[in-house]
Amino acid sequence: MSLAYYPGCTLKTRARNLEEPAVASMEALGLKLDEVPRWNCCGAVYSLADDDLIHQVAPVRNLIRVKKQGKSELVTLCAFCLNTLKRANLLMKQDVAKRDTLNDFIDEGIDYGGEVKVLHLLEVLRDRIGWEALSRKVKLPLHGLRAAPYYGCTLLRPREIAIDNVENPTVLGDFLRALGAGPVDFPESTRCCGSYQVVSSPGDIAEYARPILNSALSHGAEALVLTCPLCDYNLGRGQKELIKKGSGFKEMPLIYFTQLLALALGLGPQACHFELNHGGPESLLKEKNLLPQTRSVQLIEG
Amino acid sequence: MTKKASVTISPKKSRREFIKKVKELSGQNLQLCYQCGMCTGNCPAAANMDVSPRRIIELARLGLEEEIAGSRTVWVCASCLACAVNCPRGFDLARVMEAIRLLTLRKNVDRVRPEDIPPQERGDLPQIAMVSGLRKLTG
Repeated sequence: MSLAYYPGCTLKTRARNLEEPAVASMEALGLKLDEVPRWNCCGAVYSLADDDLIHQVAPVRNLIRVKKQGKSELVTLCAFCLNTLKRANLLMKQDVAKRDTLNDFIDEGIDYGGEVKVLHLLEVLRDRIGWEALSRKVKLPLHGLRAAPYYGCTLLRPREIAIDNVENPTVLGDFLRALGAGPVDFPESTRCCGSYQVVSSPGDIAEYARPILNSALSHGAEALVLTCPLCDYNLGRGQKELIKKGSGFKEMPLIYFTQLLALALGLGPQACHFELNHGGPESLLKEKNLLPQTRSVQLIEG
Repeated sequence: MTKKASVTISPKKSRREFIKKVKELSGQNLQLCYQCGMCTGNCPAAANMDVSPRRIIELARLGLEEEIAGSRTVWVCASCLACAVNCPRGFDLARVMEAIRLLTLRKNVDRVRPEDIPPQERGDLPQIAMVSGLRKLTG
């Protein structure tokens, strides 16, 4: 079985460590992620201005291409893309005047009315595969790993596109439990990492990271589990600056949920591209015996 | 640090025009707000703002464009929507922040210039950071 899949720009370059383990894992689970042909950038952020329709064109065009493929669902992995595509879809479903204007403007040959359902990969794992079935597929349980699920903003806000309960999300914790890890809940798991403010005010990013990292550490976390490439960048950069300033805490490994999925399914570290992580998790994973055989060892043996 | 300022209300035409524009762009009814401060309490960037999120709403509905334009608050907002999901009145402050930003950006006044970002950093930043940053902070 295959699902239409939208990767987005960052997953093809800086965040291949989010995408590649996901694609390999889903194949191992019997669900092929089928990339949408000729996808374009979704625009990364949803426009909040009532008179701004031009910025809805990019996400809507992607959704039209999914409809043209004859698919009714679209899976995303990047938290920013999920947010932008799902909100644009909702606009096309709910606002008749804006829908008509966009349909008249976009030259794709067919009208679109929000027919495609936009999903995040975590929803597919939760609602299609199910935690019990997933746990039965685990070959290397992540026993002993105290990992804190960090949701950030865009999977949960605004309310109408949230993939889980806005105040008390559990999907990442349930996912970790299915893989055998011990999820560590902490109160700052949905606090913003600073997002695109890193472009205009990079000096402020460490102070966005501080309460998140402090909270996770004080609740006993050994690593933060992420879904978003910008969270990885900001928290990684922020903590490096805090350590340099002498904040007193050591580096917290940052790891994508898809990397843990690939490891637990027995696909090995070669599927994970840990070299691209902004907070290296390899020494922690080694300590927990979760890196059975690295590529370099294989090469030496070969 | 929050700036304290006294507020006077006057029937100036320019003030009414500002209120009208903010309402049109944001689609929000500024009168809904009852100044409880949940937005400020939940804002992860409030410590970096000189005018609190709650106060932005109050200044906007009084039409005090100069006070708002002189503050860094709307430029510090990262549209994380912690204010919107916690507002007991269903008010979306992020849309008001965007409307106020656009009133400046649409005069071709940019908040960031890509050429000012060091080349090394431009190479390191994830694309979603560059695209969203430039979308939100340039016209």
